[in-house]
Amino acid sequence: MRDAATASITVVYLARLREAFGTAGERIVPPGDAMTVGSLRETLVSRGGVWASELGAGRAVRFAVNHALAGPDTPLRDGDEVAVFPPVTGG
Amino acid sequence: MPVRVQSEDFDVGRELAALRREDPRVGAVAAFIGTVRDVNDAAAVATMTLEHYPGMTEKSLAAIIDEAKRRWDIVDALIVHRVGELKPSDQIVLAAVTSAHRGEAFAACEFIMDYLKTRAPFWKKEATPSGARWVEARQSDDAAAARWDEPPVKAG
Repeated sequence: MRDAATASITVVYLARLREAFGTAGERIVPPGDAMTVGSLRETLVSRGGVWASELGAGRAVRFAVNHALAGPDTPLRDGDEVAVFPPVTGG
Repeated sequence: MPVRVQSEDFDVGRELAALRREDPRVGAVAAFIGTVRDVNDAAAVATMTLEHYPGMTEKSLAAIIDEAKRRWDIVDALIVHRVGELKPSDQIVLAAVTSAHRGEAFAACEFIMDYLKTRAPFWKKEATPSGARWVEARQSDDAAAARWDEPPVKAG
């Protein structure tokens, strides 16, 4: 059973975004029951400053939920790990 | 283990020998080795530091190999990718495929690298004379990966 008081997701920032935000991650308590990857992005952008400039419309940002690439409609549930990162550049 | 992420260098000869395991079904071995260039986007590169996302990176590499095996009749495949600080000429990545015939090995190896470059969570940061900078993703890599959007029919 979901406990609204403790429901939270872990957000991980990687590579350039970790440096830009000055943090490797945080726990976020969703404001409502229907948080998605897209609404998480909006929540972060609403902080303004570097959050808005790095994650705002037009910026190429990738999201993964529990280690799988995820689109904006992907729902977030209690205990999920969401990673936020720039397009990958390995190989 | 067909997928490894490590800071240590790798020995291509040993890796390919282990992959082949003297399997008599194997008639072709294709391998790609990526190395660090000393110039990128018109700036000298002193060192390159590679970061990954532990857990997801290994899973995504394993998924790419699974997809290659689904698309082509190959015997086995291997990806070794380094992380941490590297110098020009250092080896970054090895992708290798064994199959009965060369066509499948070449195609699957190229597919693995194209998908790795656009889907596996790794990021490069270069130290240049004007300071450190994160490498930007290239449109040409997306185009290369998009070539594989239509899966080929698996040959009998």
